Amino acid sequence: MKRRELLATSAAALGLAAVGTGARAQSPLKVGFVYIGPPGDFGYTYGHDQARLAAQEHFGSAVETSYVENVPEGPDAERIMTQMALSGADMIVATSFGYGPSLNAVAQRFPNIAFEHATGYLQEAPNVSLFSARFYEGRAVIGTIAGRMTTSNKIGYIASFPIPEVIRGINAAYIHAKKVNPDVELSVVWVFSWFDPAQEAAAAQALIEQGCDIIMQHTDSTAPLSVAQERGALTFGQASDMTQFAPDVHLTAIIDNWAPYYIERIQAKLDGTWAAENVWLGIGAGEVAFAPFNDRIPAEVQEEANALIEAIGSGAYHPFTGPLNKQDGSAWLAEGEIADDGTLLGMSFYVEGITGEIPG
Amino acid sequence: MDFGSINPVILIASLMVAATPILLAAIGELVVEKAGVLNLGVEGMMITGAVAGFAVAVTTQNPYLGMLAAIVAGALVSMLFAVLTQILMANQVASGLALTLFGLGFSALLGQSYVGIVPPRTPKLDFGPLTDLPVVGPILFNHDILVYVSIALVAAVWYWLNYSRGGRVLRAVGENHDSAHALGYKVTRVRILSIAFGGACAGLGGAYLSLVRVPQWTEGMTAGAGWIALALVVFASWRPWRALAGAYLFGGIMVLQLNLQAAGFRIPVEYLAMSPYIITILVLVIMSSNRARRSMAAPGSLGRSFHAAG
Amino acid sequence: MLRLEKRPSPSKLWNYATPVVAVLLTMIAGGILFMALGKNPFEAIKLIFWDPLFSEQFASYSRPQLLIKAGPLILIAVGLSVGFRAGIWNIGAEGQYIIGALCAAAVALAFYPAESWLVFPLMIIAGAAGGWAWAMVPAILKTRFNTNEILVSLLMVYIAEKLLAAAATGFMRNPQGSGFPGSRNIHNYASASNQELIANTGMHWGVVAALIAVIFTYVLLQRHILGFHVQLAGQAPRAARFAGVAPARLVLMCLGLSGAFAGMAGMFEVAGPARLITIDFNAGYGFTAIIVAFLGRLHPVGIVLAGLLLALTYIGGELAQFMLNLPAAAIQVFQGMLLFFLLALDVLSNYRVRLSFPSRSSEVV
Repeated sequence: MKRRELLATSAAALGLAAVGTGARAQSPLKVGFVYIGPPGDFGYTYGHDQARLAAQEHFGSAVETSYVENVPEGPDAERIMTQMALSGADMIVATSFGYGPSLNAVAQRFPNIAFEHATGYLQEAPNVSLFSARFYEGRAVIGTIAGRMTTSNKIGYIASFPIPEVIRGINAAYIHAKKVNPDVELSVVWVFSWFDPAQEAAAAQALIEQGCDIIMQHTDSTAPLSVAQERGALTFGQASDMTQFAPDVHLTAIIDNWAPYYIERIQAKLDGTWAAENVWLGIGAGEVAFAPFNDRIPAEVQEEANALIEAIGSGAYHPFTGPLNKQDGSAWLAEGEIADDGTLLGMSFYVEGITGEIPG
Repeated sequence: MDFGSINPVILIASLMVAATPILLAAIGELVVEKAGVLNLGVEGMMITGAVAGFAVAVTTQNPYLGMLAAIVAGALVSMLFAVLTQILMANQVASGLALTLFGLGFSALLGQSYVGIVPPRTPKLDFGPLTDLPVVGPILFNHDILVYVSIALVAAVWYWLNYSRGGRVLRAVGENHDSAHALGYKVTRVRILSIAFGGACAGLGGAYLSLVRVPQWTEGMTAGAGWIALALVVFASWRPWRALAGAYLFGGIMVLQLNLQAAGFRIPVEYLAMSPYIITILVLVIMSSNRARRSMAAPGSLGRSFHAAG
Repeated sequence: MLRLEKRPSPSKLWNYATPVVAVLLTMIAGGILFMALGKNPFEAIKLIFWDPLFSEQFASYSRPQLLIKAGPLILIAVGLSVGFRAGIWNIGAEGQYIIGALCAAAVALAFYPAESWLVFPLMIIAGAAGGWAWAMVPAILKTRFNTNEILVSLLMVYIAEKLLAAAATGFMRNPQGSGFPGSRNIHNYASASNQELIANTGMHWGVVAALIAVIFTYVLLQRHILGFHVQLAGQAPRAARFAGVAPARLVLMCLGLSGAFAGMAGMFEVAGPARLITIDFNAGYGFTAIIVAFLGRLHPVGIVLAGLLLALTYIGGELAQFMLNLPAAAIQVFQGMLLFFLLALDVLSNYRVRLSFPSRSSEVV
């Protein structure tokens, strides 16, 4: 499998980046991180901060990292990135798609600084690199486990906002649950928030009352896990290993592992070989990882899940492989056809079989 | 995919739990506002209670000590507001907002070492066979202690406000602090005590989130619950039992819309989320326009500073 | 026993001295906090208060940023201050700010991609009208039904926030945004763009509008009969009625003015620094502006200073975060302390503190 897609590489950026680092060979390379949440969220930002710490440890005194947390999208983010640039940062990492317009504006003013934008889609300057994780690969795996382990054949899904990232996850989970269990039904509840513990807990409760015996979530708090633990429903962790919040029912978790990517990119900047890219890494690159499987998962299901992880990781299998229809029954992918990244990145439809509508 | 799939008994039981944190905070703020003080710092006091309760519960491995700590912490942090507004005559709106800002930051600092920890479990009260009764069992006899505390608190506040001398003094102070002062009531002292009570209740509400509802500590975890509590007091037109009804209605709307979604109904979530506030405004209009019911309008001195001349 | 005695008129000396004393006290208390967190307190305080203004490295960028951050705060706060002086409490500026931005964005998106000089002025009108209309809800309910405007204006904020989320994820979503929430980039649409007027000064139309609003409000309060009515209504409501002040008109005026200013602030922000409508577009400006209004003692010039001071702590606080790895929470606590000290010390300009031994019978403490 082609692990890295070089969608936008500019010779000019290469040259500029090389000059930028060359001039500063002696002092440590400065990397600034702009976080959308607090590192203490135990979810998305926690994952990024763990990776930052891992990179810091990897490079030791050759690299100096710093961060600003809870940065709102918009003018505040723009100012913080500019100030980081002025403070002598060589690389700036921003972790939310909403930083896009600001980040590109700052990048245009500081052509020597390498900008790494997680989950973004705008690339308006040669020194803006985009990276994201194929979390849907992880969703395919937990979808398979869920499909095997549900006894009520009803899976609940707590979703945040109707954006492609979330819709992709829902589709991937459903397709693979359905594959191993044709009777499976998926109930999606939209809470219109990334982080609202009280509402997420209520959503988990509602899903369990509707007969769901497995709860998946694409929101950041651990509240649904606690509800699941109490009510005896099975569940999965989000972004990090959340076993301790639901030791009996936490089957596994999709772990965001950004460390290999950060280390590689910082190394490139140190070497003067950094160039803007647009990469979307998954299980194969180790960016999407899993928490240890709970013993409750039967051995044969564990085997099946591991085989799927292996197949996706090696590139032998793509979670969006035809035949697949859209929800309205119209054809999407023919037999054996694989979804292209463009469609996946902008995914705004459910696949056939999912009931309910995407709000908005 | 039909309404029949939503079990009203379980719905009621879960909305009671969803409503408890905002009810606790609201009943405290209700007393504060009845005394003529508008404290917009509910969110800041809730989150302070949430972190203090969590920290003590984790350290002692006893959730009840945590709740007690949350009460104390909420009351203590509310004293910042009390000193500013009652002794130093600062503006209440600005002081309340400053308290929220401070509380959010302060709690995040205190809580740094408590991220990712699981607090001791708060058990449900044991009612023996009563829990297994149909309908009433799940609704009445299957909750943790704070659900009952919140209801008891509503009853106590209602009784105290209406049938005790202290309650009458408090209402007099809130209605018209100049006349209350002329009658010899200690306006400032009454208000400071009310603010402390409000802080204690908000703190307990915060601890309900961090110890029972979620249970976990994350900064900013109250996620606006304090602001909902403020709206709730208005919705209740400053009457304790209505605060209970309102909290269950607010909680109910949230739980019901999630249940409807889970049952497969297509509902415009983003617009439905506005409905509690629109309803609250309508209630407010009806209350204040009906002259015969003026007693239900806002306390006369709400938000105004009192300084005893002389 | 300490006792407060109201001064017949605010002390001039303390008027100027309290902000300075408050900042000094905050530096001391904040320094202790930073030291407790294991950071060099002097370095932290220097980063917050000095570097954004004077350091070679940051000042040339940060100084203009002060205007960008303070601009909307000042514009909203002066509008609010008029009502606050009259005892009319609009605490829903946050909602009016959101609606102003949404209305302005709607105008821009309706014209997109046609280029015309008409678009920008129309957006200003739409923004002001949107904010005004949103503020008219509490105003009319107040005049018609005597409903408490503090509460209604606050509740309207929540409704505006939900509407904003619906707009960003639904009806205003950028059709070319790969399905991500957020509108088109209005800043990149030439006719609608609120550009910097002079490069690297931070001066954009919103800052100009804020300055005009400050002067307008100053003249209004000092020279106009309405200003007199406002003062009178705030200080002696009963006398105001005898003087022929129509309370209903005053409510409509004050809420309308503050709503229009807040809406305009939203408009300039969405077309300028914020660039587009996003789910979290509001970022608390409307609430922070209330604090700015009080810190500025409801005086137009004071509000300008208060807005700049608060903007400085934001910008310097960000510097301190990534230069010293201070947690954001520490900066929030620091700002909270600054507000507490400013609010607390204000007592000195309005009251005399007396040491006295009260007789038991008459004192209320």
